[in-house]
Amino acid sequence: MVLTGRRGTFTLDIEFEVPAPGVTALLGPSGSGKTSILRAIAGLDRHVGAVSCGDTVWQNASVFVPTYRRAIGYVAQGPSLLPHLTVARNLDYAARRAPAGRFDRDDIVSRTGIGALLGRFPRALSGGEARRASIARVLMGQPQLLLMDEPLSGLDSNARAAMTETLAELFAMLPLPVLYVTHDAREAARLATTTVHVDCGRIDCGSP
Amino acid sequence: MLQVIVTTAELAAITTVLLLVLATPLAWWLARSRHWWKEVIAAVTALPLVLPPTVIGFYLLIALGPASPLMAALRPFGIQSLAFTFTGLIIGSLIYSLPFAVQPLRTAFEGIGGAPIDLAATMGAGPVDRFLTVGLPLARRGLGSAAILVFAHTVGEFGVVLMIGGSIPGRTEVLSTRIYTLVESLQFGAAHAIAGGLLAFAFVALLALLLIDRRAGRLI
Repeated sequence: MVLTGRRGTFTLDIEFEVPAPGVTALLGPSGSGKTSILRAIAGLDRHVGAVSCGDTVWQNASVFVPTYRRAIGYVAQGPSLLPHLTVARNLDYAARRAPAGRFDRDDIVSRTGIGALLGRFPRALSGGEARRASIARVLMGQPQLLLMDEPLSGLDSNARAAMTETLAELFAMLPLPVLYVTHDAREAARLATTTVHVDCGRIDCGSP
Repeated sequence: MLQVIVTTAELAAITTVLLLVLATPLAWWLARSRHWWKEVIAAVTALPLVLPPTVIGFYLLIALGPASPLMAALRPFGIQSLAFTFTGLIIGSLIYSLPFAVQPLRTAFEGIGGAPIDLAATMGAGPVDRFLTVGLPLARRGLGSAAILVFAHTVGEFGVVLMIGGSIPGRTEVLSTRIYTLVESLQFGAAHAIAGGLLAFAFVALLALLLIDRRAGRLI
């Protein structure tokens, strides 16, 4: 992908590729443009440039595929569930709009450990429970690319440690590319296979 | 008397249903659009809040009268004039009560924020899908408020319905214009009965509005 454009106080100016499968961490301080990059890839914000997923062009000079037609899974900061639906209905919402795929509902529910949470509304979930349910919801959408924006933000240290291990196990079995935004270098080192450093909308360096 | 109550209730019910259907997508667009000129549209829809009802009634009387270009266009369909008809009353009420539907709906849609809508888009929901499955359920408080406000406001409107409807007994006479007729003929007792009933109705409507707000605040 190649993107440029004004965003807040800086100019977005990036170009990089995400290996498939594998976890690429976008690492940088708060306000460095990491979320902007993720939103641009998701098509939630429009910048000048090009974004492709495999052979499929999502954006270039003449094409802009809207978000709902991009085969992405997006975990935003904080709970990433529709607030008026139970966890089960959130999973159904994603599944009904997804193509048939490789992720099985029972398997996802089991791996994320949310079996007991299916009947609950998001407001009745703890931070860690909401994150696990969000990840399950994302996988039900059968994404070709997983975008995660600081999915552990706002969790206490115990929940954060538990979620990091859950994510590590999940990433090990996921056959798809993951772009993982964080400002925590240790989290990136634990979870990512590749790290890209971002500062003020620019890629400083990439390390394998 | 029963006929006046039925006419008033019919007018308010039809106006409420039609306005919810028409104003909800408009309010959604006003809440979601990033164009600056959407405020021009918003200002036009809010005009009845500040215009004297007689101004709206006057223009409607001309537009729906037999000499207007609109009626000339409808003449092949057998429609000569909509002034002093129940249909004319509905058109007048739709315009006069429009801001009472658009404002609470727009506020409710704006209160949802962008996050749930973006989330639905990332799950593959297209624009209409997002409106129906995320926007409407999360704005149900606004829908309830808009329905109560429009119904109550239509029951209470006077100037527009008097000008466009002419308060014709059995056809376009509603409770608010009935009070005027009764006071003109010095029948204060009957006027008191209707005025007291409308006062009680307005109080119950506002109380329901506040209780809906309270309940919605607890749910989300």
